[in-house]
Amino acid sequence: MNSTTISRLTVIAAAALLLAGCAAPAPDAGVALEADSVTISDAWVKSAQEGMSAAFGVLTNDGDTDVTIVSASTEASPMIELHETVENDSGEMVMQQKEGGFVVPAGGTLALEPGGNHIMLMGLAAPIMAGDEVTFVLTFSDGSTLEFTAPGKDFSGANENYEGDMDMDMGSNG
Amino acid sequence: MSADRNPKPGRPGSSRRQFLLGGAAAGLGAAVAVGADLALNRTDPPAVAPLNGAQTVAFHGPHQAGVAVPPQAHTTLIGLDLTDGVDRDALRRMMRIITDDAVRLTAGEGALADMEPELAVVPARLTITVGFGPGFVARAGGVAPGWLRPLPPFGIDRLEPQWSHGDLLLQLASDDPITLAHATRMLLKDSRSFTRVRWTQTGFRRAHGSEPDGVTMRNLFGQVDGTVNSAPGTADFDDLVWVTEGWLAGGTSLVIRRIRMDLDRWDRLDRSGREQSVGRRLDTGAPLTGSAERDEPDFTATTPIGFPVIPEFSHLRRARSDDRRERIVRRGWNYDEAPTGSAISDSGLLFLSYQADVDRQFVPLQRRLDELDLLNEWTTPIGSAVFAIVPGCAPGGYLGETLLG
Repeated sequence: MNSTTISRLTVIAAAALLLAGCAAPAPDAGVALEADSVTISDAWVKSAQEGMSAAFGVLTNDGDTDVTIVSASTEASPMIELHETVENDSGEMVMQQKEGGFVVPAGGTLALEPGGNHIMLMGLAAPIMAGDEVTFVLTFSDGSTLEFTAPGKDFSGANENYEGDMDMDMGSNG
Repeated sequence: MSADRNPKPGRPGSSRRQFLLGGAAAGLGAAVAVGADLALNRTDPPAVAPLNGAQTVAFHGPHQAGVAVPPQAHTTLIGLDLTDGVDRDALRRMMRIITDDAVRLTAGEGALADMEPELAVVPARLTITVGFGPGFVARAGGVAPGWLRPLPPFGIDRLEPQWSHGDLLLQLASDDPITLAHATRMLLKDSRSFTRVRWTQTGFRRAHGSEPDGVTMRNLFGQVDGTVNSAPGTADFDDLVWVTEGWLAGGTSLVIRRIRMDLDRWDRLDRSGREQSVGRRLDTGAPLTGSAERDEPDFTATTPIGFPVIPEFSHLRRARSDDRRERIVRRGWNYDEAPTGSAISDSGLLFLSYQADVDRQFVPLQRRLDELDLLNEWTTPIGSAVFAIVPGCAPGGYLGETLLG
């Protein structure tokens, strides 16, 4: 997804430009897109032959307002969600869709890591092999987007268990 | 052999800042003293020498760093065989991952998906060096240099397949053994779906800080080992070591010989006999015709009754060639493994030899030693492997890209 949808913040600027007779709204230097203040580092995605996988990395927001990632997409898996890992009533750690998306605080970071928040790939279109380069697009609450690539890595640690025999609350979108 | 100097003691706390601050405050007022304090804080050297554990060796560059770096205290060499079905594309994927791991670990950072990143923060000069065996190059569909094959057989060899050959070499070295263990495991986890381990050889030298830098190591015979060796950074070293053409330009060749030492038999040899076998004094490493370790041996000197002072059968004499191009660059590590049976030792030397051309530089030397070298009485090569050490890479690149790209 390459085009950037017009966010709420740019509507006012766009309206002003239209009134001034400009043909199309352009990204306005005075309005900061959420994606512009965010970088991702140390990204990687778990290798898998089929079924489910997950992507991880460290998101850094060097802007002065919080930003929110509302969705992710990748050709590697048409079905993809933002997941958190929480303790349920029985004391087990379960993964579920993160309501409201991932907030990356102003001037801060958000780690996506095994056992914590992560991008959940729910149905791989093709195997992800170790060393493959997988492209992701994160969409923010203002419609701006951030693209990154993550290498596939073999990983068997941190109780990553995606077989669905335990701890997978798919939520209302499941 | 004597050390050139005593190890430096830790630097005392800097008294420069207090001295200047005192004078400035007295003469010019508090504001200037604060300014002087800030200025001195920017340039003041650390009060305590930085820990060796924090030292890193730059990974990127035209050559892999592990070839020329002053040898670290510990090394692990792993020979791996490629599993069936690993094709050129898979080799490329594997080398990207291995390179990324090496970039991070040598910088003192956990690798991606590293479950124990805390074990990576004391790099202690970690280097990770990769070599390709003939099988790897064939699998990649490339053309191997003529010397990239097992060495010709030598009469002294008692080679064991478990210590020989291999499609892929990973050599890790660090002054810190914990770091080394972690980095080794990380790389093996990431090569597991492409390879299986053929052999693992570990070795050691003096611990960091035991002796001043640059002191020639001793092997477990007690000998000063490695005196005559071209120095990294010199034109001579570059000429001897680096390949200059083809996909291996910027790389080199590595011969790994596992040399078992018969220490029980060595025990029965007196000091004089030991010195005769090598041609060097045991205490200083000086040639028998000299007084200092780095004295040039005089092979023409004779005893009063006409025998050469440095025996013609000595290791030193046999290793010396008239042809200056027939030289190698050596790096050795000692090994000392758990004995088996009734033996009390399983010890020896990991003999690593770097040269631009194995056939031209290493084989003639090994042949001479095979024909005659008294030291052979107490040593036996039990492992042998030849690898093409690939060139270095730039950030964003990967080791092996000149073959796989």
